[in-house]
Order: sequence, then structure tokens, then C-alpha cells
Amino acid sequence: MTDTQDAVAPDSGTAPDGGKVEIRLENLAKRFPGQDDPAVDDLTMEIPKGEIVILVGPSGCGKTTTMKMINRIIEPTSGRIFLDGEDVTDVNPDQLRRRIGYVIQQIGLFPHVSIANNIATVPKLLGWKKERISERVDELLEMVGMDPGQYRNRYPKELSGGQRQRVGVARAMSADPDVMLMDEPFGAIDPITRDRLQNEFLRLQEQIKKTIIFVTHDIDEAIKMGDRIAILREQSHIAQFDTPERILVNPADDFVADFIGRGASLKRLSLSRVRDVELHQWPTVEQGASHDEVNRLLEGSDKSAVLVLDSERRPVKWVNADHLRRAGDGRPLSELGLPAEAVVQPNATLSDTLNEMLSARYSTAIVVDSSNAYQGIVDIDTINETVRSLRRAEQGRLRGGDDEDEDR
Amino acid sequence: MAAPSDATKAARLASGAALAAGSRGRRSLANYLFMPVLLVLVLVFTYVSVSRRDLDSTESKRLAFDFILARTQEHLELTVLSTVLVLIIAIPFGILLTRSFARPITPFAIAFFNIGQAVPTIGLLLIFAIVWSIGFVPTVVALAAYTTLPVLRNTMVGLTQVDASVIESARGMGMTKLAVLTRIELPLAVPVIMAGLRTALTINVGTATLGAFIGAGTLGSLIVSGYSSNRPFITIVGGILVAVLALLIDYLAGIAEDALRPRGL
Repeated sequence: MTDTQDAVAPDSGTAPDGGKVEIRLENLAKRFPGQDDPAVDDLTMEIPKGEIVILVGPSGCGKTTTMKMINRIIEPTSGRIFLDGEDVTDVNPDQLRRRIGYVIQQIGLFPHVSIANNIATVPKLLGWKKERISERVDELLEMVGMDPGQYRNRYPKELSGGQRQRVGVARAMSADPDVMLMDEPFGAIDPITRDRLQNEFLRLQEQIKKTIIFVTHDIDEAIKMGDRIAILREQSHIAQFDTPERILVNPADDFVADFIGRGASLKRLSLSRVRDVELHQWPTVEQGASHDEVNRLLEGSDKSAVLVLDSERRPVKWVNADHLRRAGDGRPLSELGLPAEAVVQPNATLSDTLNEMLSARYSTAIVVDSSNAYQGIVDIDTINETVRSLRRAEQGRLRGGDDEDEDR
Repeated sequence: MAAPSDATKAARLASGAALAAGSRGRRSLANYLFMPVLLVLVLVFTYVSVSRRDLDSTESKRLAFDFILARTQEHLELTVLSTVLVLIIAIPFGILLTRSFARPITPFAIAFFNIGQAVPTIGLLLIFAIVWSIGFVPTVVALAAYTTLPVLRNTMVGLTQVDASVIESARGMGMTKLAVLTRIELPLAVPVIMAGLRTALTINVGTATLGAFIGAGTLGSLIVSGYSSNRPFITIVGGILVAVLALLIDYLAGIAEDALRPRGL
């Protein structure tokens, strides 16, 4: 931990990792009328620029209230909010909100407004010129993987849930805000689509580098999406605010440990991706190869099957000696053996890869690049080794680094 | 909605298109034509019956074209004026009663207006005649007083049923309260407000008939005079004309409802 040199916020102390602080919450509190206890009690927190910070905690812990105080949908009872060094606690809230992207779980697209005009909401409020708005809308639709020509003039009810979510994200990014608030943005979507949208969003974030406050109650989503996670207990007291790795390896207290739940080392696999590990190789042949060639390859290898690739080096089949014997001479390799399943791309997490592997033959996952060409394989030893080294690295870092006091 | 180049395809898919249109709450062409054709047929039938019948002096006076036209005009004026009055009163009040400062009393207001609806119209009309005066203006006011309730209630219901997440996202993007009202809430409430307005129009056109009792003329005077002079034929013609007018106005209001409903709903 290095002290930040940035004089962005007064007594900003240790901005985590010395990065620039984008949002600073100072002694923020919210007391709703008619309730004895405050919903948020004296929260002080710094959110570094360009990171995804997750607010996670059990329901009723005040995470959503905390987030909504940042764009003052909920006005704080006391405390200050700094955005990029500027005290925005008392500025015009409508003006403030136009600088902050906002995505909620129900999305809240305007049903009577076309997709293009939904996305154009904030640019219109900011008085952009027509051509600029229309260019921006097309750019955003493409960014979230929707064809502008096809979707510009549609209405929200004509879209699927996943598409609506994409439009919601595009709408929040329309005026290119530095900060985005996302309240369980993937909460109302089926698990398969959710996974895809999460991956897409992470890929997008690599390019756009927004500062994102992301609220969820799902610790797995927090670990997957977060650069940093704030685990909150009731009244938005921070139980631990740290990187996912450090939270998993070194939970600050029983509350955090409980919240993470069992299987923390399994969860850690969500933190590493296939591209981070060393791939192993497997004997491969072109699908045009002769049976003799395959047999020779099998004899010279400790593996019981070869992987057959097509002319573009895309995996097609697993073929072993048995298959060859039964098929007789002359049958092309692509008609033999078992389909090459359990294929993953380099950006897949190791936990997804493990999942694929468990259902696959030979306990391996085949790694392909973006054009589906074979790169190598990941096997159970790779995964084991990764878990061990992650743990070693984290312990080393914790012992070596000056462990800062956690805000309890 | 099909491009002109798709005309043939559209024709082939006409039945499918009608189905799709129905699913959007809009009606097919045949559906639109049915009511006017029916009304014209009824009017022609009535005209033929009147002109082929031997009318005595009372009947020919009451069923003269000019007399009927004048009563129809009174009837329409009464209906339109009272409805406009309702619009001017009910919609702004409906908006006011659903703003956040009034939210605590919104459910009570809606309940109160539901009770108000149960008072019989004729009673209201007679009270106005007794405590004020008879004629056109008291009738307009009485009709408006009565039908303000459905429009006010529908305005409130229409505004309160707008999805809270839509409003929150609008506010969260920095739309002002006024912009949220005019660009989000009101357009989304239009179908419900229009339904209330249509109800008001239908009630007004029917109730205007009772205006005959307190000297406002209207087609109701045909019914009343036919009854008092023991000429059932006049009463029947009056009744048919009132029914035709009521159905016509409801039909036109239905078209307005379809036309004003925002796309995408």
C-alpha cells in the first residue's frame, strides 16, 4: 500500500493501490423518517477511478440506499459526496445525474419510446445535435452487440430480456459518463444469459474503463465482476473492502467468512482465466491423416486418444485405438470417435473450465482461440496447480505487505 | 406499417396482419367499418318508416327534419361542452392528486370518487334544477359534475399504474420532475385517461337526454313529448336517434383512443 499523492479529496489517506480516487463518500448517513435505526450509518469510502467496485451484503444491509445516495435519488441525511474531487452533495441533482450512468434491475426502459430514443435520453437532455445523437446511438448499439439497422426503431416490448438489459447499459453509457451506478443489473435474467452478459460487460469495461459501483447480493457475481468488493453488514457498515482475492484468502472476520460461504477455494477459480495458465499439449492429427499415422502417434504418447483437427485447426473428434480397430481401414477420421466437446476460449474462468471438464471425456478442456483454432488443453493438474499457487501468492503478499487495518 | 413495396405480401398476409393488429389493441378495417354501416342502415330504416307513415299534425311537427336537427345540435353541444369542462377540471386535478406531495391521500381520493359515482344522475340533475335554475347551463354543469369523477379517477389510476422503475430510471438519468410527467407519465397514462374520457362521453350523451326534463331541449324532448302527447311513434323515433348518436360518439371516441395510444404499448 502506497500513500496516494493525489490531493483530490481532503485527508484522502490511503487510496487503495495509490490510484486516483473518483468518488469519495464522507461520513454518509441516511435516516428514513419513521425508522428508529439509520439505513446507512456513517459510511466513509473511496472508490478508485476506472474500477468496478461491488457493494455486496445481505438484503436490508443498506447497499442499494448507499448507491442511490451517490446520484442522490435518495438524499443523504448527513455526510458529503465528492465526485472527481468536487463536492456534489448540494449541486442540482438533475444536472448531477446526467453525469452518472444509472442501470437498475428492472432496467426501466421507456415502453412508448423507440430503442434509439431510449438510448438518446441523456444526450437529448444535454442538448446534443441530432447527427451527433444518432451517431452515438448507432455506436452504442454496436458496442453492446446489437445491429443498429435492425433495432434502432423497435420498441422495448419487442426485445428479449437480455436485449433490454443491453439497451439499458447502452442508455446508461450514452453521454459517456465517467461513473456508472448499477443496481443488480443482471438480477432479473436467466442464468445462461446472465453469464454471457457479465462476460460481455467485463470485455466492454476493459475498453471503456468506467468507474462503476455495482450492487448485488450474490457473492459469486461480486467475485466475478469486482475489481474490489465492499462487503457490507447492516446499516452499510463495511465489514471488508478489498480485492476479491484477498477477501477469499483472508476474510476479515466471521461475518465475511460466513458471507463468502464454503468453497472459497472453488470460488477463487472464478478469478483466474484460461489465458493466465500454462496450457498443456495433446497429440493432434489433421483429419486427413491415415490410420497408421494415428496408431504411431498413440504408441509414442502416454495419452489414450488423439484429437482430430479440421483444416482450420478446429477440434473435431477424439479418436482412440479402439475406434480405429472397429472402423476398419479407409474411413476418414472425422467420421470416427467421439465429438470434441468441452471447448473453452482463453477468457473463460477456470471455474467454468472445470465445470466443462467434469462432464468431458479424458478430463480435459480443449482451449481454442477466437477463431476456434486449437491452442492446447487444460487438465485437472493445471487447475490444482493454479489453486495452490494462488493461495501461496496471496499468503506471500499478505505476509510481505503491511496489512492495513480493515474498516470494521 | 408495411412498406409500399410489400403491398402484395401484406395483402397475402392480411388475415395475419389483422391478428397482429388485434394483439396490439388496434382493430382491423372490417371492425372499423361495422359500426358506421350499421348506424347508417338504422337511420335509413327510420327515415323510410317516417316518410311512409301517415303523420298527424303533432307527429309531423315533432318529426320535421329541422326540428330534429335543432334537437340533435342541442344534444351534441350539451355533450361536448360538458365533456370539455370535465377535461379542464379532471385532468389537472388528477395530476395534482398523484404528485408525490399528495401521495398519502391518493388512495382515499380514489375511494371517495368511486363513491361519488354511485349517486344517480337524474337526482343530481333535479337538485341542480331546484337549487339553481333550469335550462342549458345548469344541465351542462350537472353533467360535468357527474362525469368529472370517472375521468379524474382514471387520470389518477393511469398515472399511478406507470411502472415505478420507469420513473426511477427517468429521474436517475436526470430528467426533471416536469419532464418525467409530460414525457413519461402522461403518455403512458393516455390509454387509461382516454378510457375514462370515453366513459364520460358515453354517460354525457345518454344523460343529456334527461336535459329535456329541465328545459335543455335535446333529443330527449322527442321522447318526452311523444310520451306526454300519447304518440308512441315519436318516442320510438327519439329513442332510436338517441341510441344512434350515443353509439356514434362512442365509436368516434374509440377511434380517438386507438389513435392516441402511444406506439410501443
